[in-house]
Amino acid sequence: MTAAKEQAEGTSFDLRAALKGTTGPLIGLILLCLFLTFATDKFMSVRNLLNILDQITVLGIMAVGMTLVILIGGIDLAVGSVLALAMMVMGYVANVLGLPIALGMVVALAVAAASGAISGLLITVFRVPAFIATLAMMSAARGLANMITDGQQIVGFPAWFSLLAFNRIGGFLTLTVAIMIVIFAIGWLYLHYTSGGRSLYAIGGNLEVARLAGINVRLHTTGVYVVSGLMAGLAGIVLAMRLDSVQPTAGVGYELDTIAAVVIGGTSLTGGKGGIFGTLIGVLIIGVLRNGLNLLGVSPFTQAVVIGVVIALAVAAETFKKNQSRFG
Amino acid sequence: MTDQDKTPILSLRQIRKTYGLLEVLHGIDLDVYAGEVVALLGENGAGKSTLSNIISGTVQPSTGQMTWLGAPYAPTSPRDAMDAGVGMIHQELKLLPQLSIAENIFVGRYLKKAGRIDRQAMEERAHSGLRRLGLDISPRRVVEGLSTANQQLIEIAKALTLNAKLLILDEPTAALGGEETQLLFRQIERLKAEGVGIIYISHRLDEIRQIADRIVVMRDGSKVQEFDSGNVPVRTIVEAMVGRSLERMFPAIPTPADVTLLEVKDLCSALGHFRGVNFSVSKGEVFGIAGLVGAGRTELVRAITGADPIASGAVLLDGKDITPKAPIDAIRNGIVLVPEDRKLQGLVLDHKISENIGYANLAEVAQGGFITARRMAKFADQFIAKFGVKGRGSQNAGELSGGNQQKVVLAKWLARKPRVVVLDEPTRGIDVGARSSIYDTIMQLAREGVAVIVVSSDLEEVLGVSNRIMVMAQGKQAGILDRAEANDVSVMELATI
Repeated sequence: MTAAKEQAEGTSFDLRAALKGTTGPLIGLILLCLFLTFATDKFMSVRNLLNILDQITVLGIMAVGMTLVILIGGIDLAVGSVLALAMMVMGYVANVLGLPIALGMVVALAVAAASGAISGLLITVFRVPAFIATLAMMSAARGLANMITDGQQIVGFPAWFSLLAFNRIGGFLTLTVAIMIVIFAIGWLYLHYTSGGRSLYAIGGNLEVARLAGINVRLHTTGVYVVSGLMAGLAGIVLAMRLDSVQPTAGVGYELDTIAAVVIGGTSLTGGKGGIFGTLIGVLIIGVLRNGLNLLGVSPFTQAVVIGVVIALAVAAETFKKNQSRFG
Repeated sequence: MTDQDKTPILSLRQIRKTYGLLEVLHGIDLDVYAGEVVALLGENGAGKSTLSNIISGTVQPSTGQMTWLGAPYAPTSPRDAMDAGVGMIHQELKLLPQLSIAENIFVGRYLKKAGRIDRQAMEERAHSGLRRLGLDISPRRVVEGLSTANQQLIEIAKALTLNAKLLILDEPTAALGGEETQLLFRQIERLKAEGVGIIYISHRLDEIRQIADRIVVMRDGSKVQEFDSGNVPVRTIVEAMVGRSLERMFPAIPTPADVTLLEVKDLCSALGHFRGVNFSVSKGEVFGIAGLVGAGRTELVRAITGADPIASGAVLLDGKDITPKAPIDAIRNGIVLVPEDRKLQGLVLDHKISENIGYANLAEVAQGGFITARRMAKFADQFIAKFGVKGRGSQNAGELSGGNQQKVVLAKWLARKPRVVVLDEPTRGIDVGARSSIYDTIMQLAREGVAVIVVSSDLEEVLGVSNRIMVMAQGKQAGILDRAEANDVSVMELATI
């Protein structure tokens, strides 16, 4: 290989790496947008597109954490419950204890991170399968969320709080969307440009190879569940802003939406393959689909069916492509 | 022998087996008569397993004929063979621990009455099978918790219940103690008297004399010798097993420095694989570890490199105790392991070559914790060129040939400039060209003052590359031989103690 060619390959490398494995979902997203542009007159407007961004913030933030978890070959079923727990903790600190809401947010994030840590330790120290450990946490966190107010919602936050989710800074992005974008950026930089991020790929690719290569598998695995919990907590705060209230029943089933977004984005459930960029596309596909189906007047029941079909198609297409290149 | 064995129950004629271009069995002829024990002997890789897999229907021969009870015989699955009356008892037992003995015996072919499982009939027949072997255990008992010897006998009872007339026993005594072995031998005698033919595979040559009526020795896929009696001196058998095969070229071995680098003191495995191992390796020395499969060699080197837990004893580097608790402890001290199974332990097959090399060197590639794919590719390219890997950094490791994969594993570790390199079966399953380049790399390391440990089942290889050879047998070190006194016979004698 000549030096010039190598140089050229080097420069285009990062973009290709970012796009690798996501071309399928990306094409799907573009086709979906094209279809909706022609099928409805409201879809392709700045206002609607900004709306979509607002609608995907909660899902997007959680999906970043879930991407890391799935990349190492794990699963986190607790995120929906942890989201509710974090919400309730924040509401309790702010409105029942009467402390500053900012402190409530900090405590909420700490509680969420701690629940992730517990799942992580169950998995790494006590060797409980990730599915079971997070299933247990899913139940426990939901119960705790309900216990705080005996199942009641908490309302009456300061006016500025919910405006953070609605005021468009410079007439453009809300703070919550900005937070989501920053989280995506950090996640992408971490996975692509740090040794910690590369280690996650190694662990997901082959745990024994990673361990023998001197990678601290336990520490990384626990850390990933802490991050996933933390993201669920942050998503809970964002959801509280959007709803202007907190309730223990929030986020039921969100773990499945989150896993769906990550998987549609091309991250392999067996670990070692995928990335944040794909997850962004997966989240956008779900967001655009929901928004478009609403604009088309499709009932929520039918929407659920459509999303189910999309998940099946996306994964089947990826698997099919992979097998073809292997045997073809 | 009685007169019922005039015509063989099983005959093999010119059985050959090829995998791709590689022929692993070169025209084997074999006869087995009713009521006799034929011992099938040979080194690891001599072709015993392939041959027994062909007889038991797991593997199909490429060419050749088999005759079973006077009729042509070509089983396409173990079940075919079993229905015909040929049962194979594998080295690693294949019983389902949570099921009862009767269920294990009839699994997959449950006896039925009116469409429902006939438990009573199964238990009765299982019980008669067990009694035939002198075992008085309830067939309702679950298998879990039974001794290995008894589990072995249940496997045999299973074959007998299915009316096996030929049993293949693959290393049945590998996990048995002295008394259990005698128990098994008594049952084998009983089966012989009933006219069952037995093919007996074992590495324990001392027990062959006691049990075998004939001995067949294999080497490199051929039958090399047949003895018409079991009473043959061990040395004669070993000489037939190792024989004289094609001379291979090994590079000249450098003389080690007189400075001890690595010491292993009274090391015991926490998993019970080996105990009381003591040796030391000098700077620039190539230290070979020989022994049969299951002797504890792999487990020993995994413990030294932190991959497996250590119960007691110490690993010293430069006289300092560095007994590792995890791979990273050994790696930080410059002790690296090129593991036995490159596909499962050495490489992430569906990741790039550059990433695979990078994974062991993340700290080196990352600057201030930051890594770019480009820097990783550049780092890897250096070593891809240095070790002559035929492939590009952006290719997946799984696309490479075995030899090139092994070079990638070597590259990822040698990039760290280690002080002790442990190679477990470094040339298993790779072609001649890649082999000699790996031998060259080993000698280059020794010349640079690195201590190299080579574990190999390939006797010629250990003899060819090592300054000294430690032989292991059944989890213990059987002895350490200097290059001058080590030859195939002296090593095999120690290994088969």
